[in-house]
Amino acid sequence: MSQIIIYTIITLVGIGATAAIILYFVAQKFKVYEDPRIDEVEEVLPAANCGGCGFPGCRNFAETLVKSESWDDLFCPVGGNETMSKAAAILGREAIEQAPRVAVIRCNGTPEFRPRVTEYDGAPTCTIAHSLYAGEGGCPFGCLGCGDCVSVCNFDAIHMDPKSGLPVVIDDACTACGACVEACPRDIIELRKKNKKDRKIFVSCINEEKGAVAKKNCSVACIGCSKCFKVCKYDAITMENNKAFIDSDKCVLCRKCVPECPTSAILELNFPPPRKKEVVEASKIENS
Amino acid sequence: MSLKTFTRGGVHPPEHKLSAGNKIRELPPPEVAVIPVSQHLGAPAKVLVNRGDQVKVGQLIAQSEGFVSTNIHASVSGKVLKVDQFMDSTGYRKMAVQIQVEGDQWLETIDRSDDLVRNSVLPAEDIRKKILEAGIVGLGGATFPSHVKLMVPKGKNAEYLIINGVECEPYLTADHALMMERSEALYSGIQLLMKGLGVEKAIIGIENNKPDAIEKMKQVVEGGPVTVQGLKVKYPQGGEKQLVQALLKREVPSGGLPIDVGVVVFNVGTALAVYEAVMKNRPLINRVVTVTGKSLEKPSNFLVRIGTPVSTLVEQAGGLPEHTAKVINGGPMMGKAISTLDVPIVKGSSGILLMDEGEARRKEVLPCIRCTKCVGVCPMGLEPYLLMTLSERSLFERMESEKILDCIECGSCSYTCPSSRPLLDYIRLGKAEAGKIIRARKAV
Repeated sequence: MSQIIIYTIITLVGIGATAAIILYFVAQKFKVYEDPRIDEVEEVLPAANCGGCGFPGCRNFAETLVKSESWDDLFCPVGGNETMSKAAAILGREAIEQAPRVAVIRCNGTPEFRPRVTEYDGAPTCTIAHSLYAGEGGCPFGCLGCGDCVSVCNFDAIHMDPKSGLPVVIDDACTACGACVEACPRDIIELRKKNKKDRKIFVSCINEEKGAVAKKNCSVACIGCSKCFKVCKYDAITMENNKAFIDSDKCVLCRKCVPECPTSAILELNFPPPRKKEVVEASKIENS
Repeated sequence: MSLKTFTRGGVHPPEHKLSAGNKIRELPPPEVAVIPVSQHLGAPAKVLVNRGDQVKVGQLIAQSEGFVSTNIHASVSGKVLKVDQFMDSTGYRKMAVQIQVEGDQWLETIDRSDDLVRNSVLPAEDIRKKILEAGIVGLGGATFPSHVKLMVPKGKNAEYLIINGVECEPYLTADHALMMERSEALYSGIQLLMKGLGVEKAIIGIENNKPDAIEKMKQVVEGGPVTVQGLKVKYPQGGEKQLVQALLKREVPSGGLPIDVGVVVFNVGTALAVYEAVMKNRPLINRVVTVTGKSLEKPSNFLVRIGTPVSTLVEQAGGLPEHTAKVINGGPMMGKAISTLDVPIVKGSSGILLMDEGEARRKEVLPCIRCTKCVGVCPMGLEPYLLMTLSERSLFERMESEKILDCIECGSCSYTCPSSRPLLDYIRLGKAEAGKIIRARKAV
């Protein structure tokens, strides 16, 4: 009886030892060297695997960071400058700072401003609706409201407002990964520079039609009148294809353009309410 | 007479041919016509007229650009109001010529009489040239330029001409009416096409829900090289690949065209347009459109000028019924809903279908139950449930290997799905995306 046990043990140990020796030499022969810094860099990345950096997953981005000579086009929008400087510290180099960005919805076609003239009951995705027709409000450039941007967001940073039928971005949750920008078949969403207290000034319309045509569908459409362009002192506004565009990198948030817009297409968000006139007048009287 | 049909898949939607047997009524030119410059597959035509120009009926107003493109002619006479972007049936704006109609002056070269002209002495070359000049496209709905079909590529040989009188779409009766009323002219057109192609044999395929048309066409073609073949009613028999299979038992290879098996298919409307173009010098400026719907007062077949607003047709058919919920350009299976009635009739408009609230609304979408009914009815032998899932997940390259480009967009899968899943919507999207990927690959 005990003999069987002894033979078994000897045989198994023998097989194990032989296999271990073979495996050792095979592993030596086919060894793949991997820079240990890749693991370290991957550790500091957010592990969201969102693709916001333009690479398929954080691991791939970490590899690229380690291998690349120049970091000009490399940035993790989710982790931001903090993550990038950590990664730079591991690799002993300088990080390139980038201003944080946030997704902005450039359509303000609520049912109030852009009445629904038709009803869409096809497959509920914007991509299909876009390929079929101009949309419920009739504007061929406006938001279709099926929420393709919502379904691609990995960070729960965007949701549909049932009242306005438009997507709303939660600025604190948005990581500017750009997934929604890619998903929108009409290129309505733009990544803009994040300002103090989430203040924003932007043209909430990308309609390229002639003014009269655009206004027929939506009362807050940009009609390409160039009034804002003329008033801007900082060259932040450009007129192209019959619409105005405010460059968020040049804009200083002076708000001069906002009252100029005849259709209220320029939105100012998160600014304190304007100071009351009476107070100003009262102080004037006191001074005089 | 034995009836034929295609073997794979197919569905039997209720026919609802409400306007069958109604005579074709010619509508007068509209007050203002809007003529888009892209009414065909391929490159848009180049506009030749300017604002303020006087045009006559039949005058060339936009020249074809490239091989797959066609000429566009003025369908009315009068003054050009605008050359601008106008709304098409999708609500997007496309380039079009707007003409304020003044009188009804035709070019002198056009023979406007109803006299039947037979036995053309023109050589095949001239027939093809006239078809090209007249801007004729496939009037069955796909609007593929006809002159391209007549140019048989090198190494291929056309043996049969098939004339498609199937009209398998429910509701539509335009082709039926044409076969009943213009059978002689149609026969002449078929002979011209045969000559242009250089084929000896032609078959007219007609479904047997139109026994009068089969009878009529048989009488007309008696003793000639053209035969008439009755077909069992089954959708989508009017698809050219299905029709070739039904009539000749030849299978068009995947990714191929009927010419690969020696066949060229034309619609009856196209054959008639060819007759008018070659024998009467008349470019494609009007077409027969079925205006129909269960709640419509007078479902009709109208002969209308290209560029007439849809609203005019609906008015002539008894006005828009109160509970209309959807207006479809084309038939119920393949047509697309239009967002406003202020869009013009174009070369490809075969019908205008009005649906009320109950008919129009899609049913609630339920999960796929893997019943594979869609696979059973697909006339191209595809797997629609799989294609839809792939499209939902944006796996377009995988769709390509699943032969998405063979899909003829007949809608049999969506029609038969017990869960009312929007199969065709997703498949169309995937087909377009896969097509883009393939073109991009070819361009490299």
